[in-house]
Amino acid sequence: MISIYTRRRIVNAINLTFSVLAMLFGLFWLFWILLTLFDKGLSGVGHTIFTQMTPAPGDTGGLLNAVFGSLVMVALATLIGTPVGIMAGTYLAEFGQRGWLAPATRFVNDILLSAPSIVIGLFVYTVYVAKVGHFSGWAGALALSLIVIPVVVRTTEDMLRLIPNSLREAAIALGAPHWKVVTLVTWRASRVGIMTGILLAVARISGETAPLLFTALNNQFWNADMNRPMANLPVVIFQFAMSPYEYWQELAWTGALLITLSVLGLNIAARFFLRKNDLLN
Amino acid sequence: MRHHFLLAVITKISLARLQSGVTKTMSTAHAATKLKRQRLLDSIFRRATLFFTIVVFLLLAALIGSLIIGSWPALQTFGFDFLWSTQWNPVTEKFGALVPIIGTLITSLVALSIGIPVSFGIALFLTELSPPWLRRPLGTAIELLAGIPSIIYGMWGLFVFAPFFAKYIQPWIQGTLGEIAGIGFLFEGAFMGIGMLTAGIILAIMVIPFISSVMRDVFEVVPSLFKESAYGLGATTWEVIWYVVLPYTKSGVVGGIMLGFGRALGETMAVTFVIGNSHQLHASLFMPGNSIASALANEFTEADGDLYTAALIELGLILFLITFVVLACSKILLLRLKKREGTAS
Amino acid sequence: MTDDHSSADIAKITINNLNFYYDSFHALKSISMQIQKNKITAFIGPSGCGKSTLLRTLNRMYQLYPSQIAKGEVMVDGANILDKAQDLNILRAKMGMVFQKPTPFPMSIFDNVAFGVKLYETLNRYELAERVEWALQKAALWEEVKDKLNQSGTSLSGGQQQRLCIARTIAVKPEVVLFDEPTSALDPISTARIENLIFQLKEDYTIAIVTHNMQQAARVSDYTAYMYLGELIEFGDTDTIFTKPRKRETEDYITGKFG
Repeated sequence: MISIYTRRRIVNAINLTFSVLAMLFGLFWLFWILLTLFDKGLSGVGHTIFTQMTPAPGDTGGLLNAVFGSLVMVALATLIGTPVGIMAGTYLAEFGQRGWLAPATRFVNDILLSAPSIVIGLFVYTVYVAKVGHFSGWAGALALSLIVIPVVVRTTEDMLRLIPNSLREAAIALGAPHWKVVTLVTWRASRVGIMTGILLAVARISGETAPLLFTALNNQFWNADMNRPMANLPVVIFQFAMSPYEYWQELAWTGALLITLSVLGLNIAARFFLRKNDLLN
Repeated sequence: MRHHFLLAVITKISLARLQSGVTKTMSTAHAATKLKRQRLLDSIFRRATLFFTIVVFLLLAALIGSLIIGSWPALQTFGFDFLWSTQWNPVTEKFGALVPIIGTLITSLVALSIGIPVSFGIALFLTELSPPWLRRPLGTAIELLAGIPSIIYGMWGLFVFAPFFAKYIQPWIQGTLGEIAGIGFLFEGAFMGIGMLTAGIILAIMVIPFISSVMRDVFEVVPSLFKESAYGLGATTWEVIWYVVLPYTKSGVVGGIMLGFGRALGETMAVTFVIGNSHQLHASLFMPGNSIASALANEFTEADGDLYTAALIELGLILFLITFVVLACSKILLLRLKKREGTAS
Repeated sequence: MTDDHSSADIAKITINNLNFYYDSFHALKSISMQIQKNKITAFIGPSGCGKSTLLRTLNRMYQLYPSQIAKGEVMVDGANILDKAQDLNILRAKMGMVFQKPTPFPMSIFDNVAFGVKLYETLNRYELAERVEWALQKAALWEEVKDKLNQSGTSLSGGQQQRLCIARTIAVKPEVVLFDEPTSALDPISTARIENLIFQLKEDYTIAIVTHNMQQAARVSDYTAYMYLGELIEFGDTDTIFTKPRKRETEDYITGKFG
């Protein structure tokens, strides 16, 4: 009896130690990556980053056009994707109880949610870029919006489903028409959750590189014309990091630090919102 | 019938108005036109949500359709040979997808073989072992790993991890695992730092937050009475987890693993930096290879010639179908497990 | 206490000055009492009185939750189980527990019963099967499940599941069995069967049962403890408690004037 029990205790101790090590293993990479980013990227942060264009080889410069292009495309993608996502999510949660469309769309949405982002880029290339014959900021924004949509659909539906039916019934019992019940009661009750979903979607597209490679491409110069190829931070980082020029690589690290801090900041903000919401309920 | 219903609604509205103190004298006729307008608005709103739902639904069909049309020249030229051929020659315009398909699967499987046990350990730590005040910060830290953009993983992997890996880890692996008969061939070759193993390890770090967060969520759903019952029989923490919690949550755990698998398959930038982009087939994980996503990222904008472009789009189609199958499998599996649990209880 | 009990009784568990805290909430206040060997001791009282807490102290189940603390002495066979040196797993194997709701593990009926046995003993297949049958017989479930031992434990009805959990508990051959409101989720017929079972089990085990049902306490137990707001108000022979309680509060509760 003792020997079998001793063996069990040893197995338990080994496995629990492994669990602690797994935790440390996960944290180890996070800190290593963040440390690297600060180590290599911080030195490049200065005012020229936000005041000068991306340089030609051998020249000096900043990341202004790339930062601008990223902001514009992310904003546009959010503006396109959010309403579509909220409306479709609302249908799934509020009107889609019967029929095959809602379950089928739910499935389709899950597929889109985990579709490789490079395939999304390929899709926009074949239906838009190849047709108009040139890369453009619009194409980039469109590709990013296709990543926003499934995220927003999912969170909208999930959040609306959290609203108890009694709340809807109470509003309907007052004689409110259904569209008012949805817009004034259920949307409002779940707005923090939906906002969180949008924030997470913005965080996700801010760092996306793959869908922009074949859509917005890149542009070395200042460009506010959405019909032309548009510079953006992720693709600039990709090109500069892979280049043989040391100055470009330094800029890439600075851009990497910038983009990581913004994305992680958005993630933490979303989390903070959601927690505040939890406390309220 | 309809009339009665309307009357009832109107009565309710007037009652509500009375209660809220906004008493307005309102003729029944006035109320009826107002009601009609509301009904119209209702149907417009409903149709609008329906319209966007159909848009989302059709997106998938459009995606698959456009990829098939885009890859049509390649589909016609190579047929099923595309799947088995290892050739990739833009000059002679001979293309086959076997190398990137294998590269995609191998790197993802390496990622899972590291990612699953580590994620399980993390989920176990966060649900059972961690002191309560550490749970939230540690959980957030692990989830932040998912927030780091994939291009950052790629850069860091190429410039920081790969040299370190080549200098310290690869020689050690070759000296230990490489000596084992049967699997030693997987770890042959020079220590280049980059290659399929490196890509797999970096993918593992990227899928850990996804798998561990699903595992953690489902572990937390296990009613504490079940855990207490097992502890009550004198089971150790590990035995409670392994014999009670894990069987109880197996459907969710499998779903989480599939989710991670899907992520790893489609990951582009991180892999592109470190896989080495070679269209040669090697048995050793130390050697460079190629994945579908990284082939696309590297070659698509430079591809000249319709057939070359079409072959790349066909690669994208294959990648999409693989992730589609993985996700569909996980969904069906989850559904079946759920059904079994449902009938059992 | 009346004489016919105390003369033959041996204390299995002696609780001395036990205090229990949930964070700063004082849930048990200086409890001292004895639980007699091969007898059934029932704990009654309104919800929140601490009766379940007391039971969970006896196998230190509370220790799964970091903010819960017990102070004092719980002597089992002369050793203080609240002592740091006490091995929790061995303690819990010795003090079996049955919960408010049936908790069949997600495995077959056979494996459910064999689960605890395999943790502590190396039996061959024949011995293990024998033990499982023995435990199921004891739990009065054998006849109903002997042809479907490979089916999932969750396929049984609620009452059967609870008897399965009792079988699982006694298969380990504990010395004490703690019942924490074992029939609160069951129908009257299943409840009657389980009460019967508990009554028979006292031949081999020392039993403590927490119940919200006073009739149940009166039907099955030898001793009854009435608790209120974390204090042990009255403890004694079940007949005495239910027929001529010494304290006013006990009488009010028993007669339904309050609670």
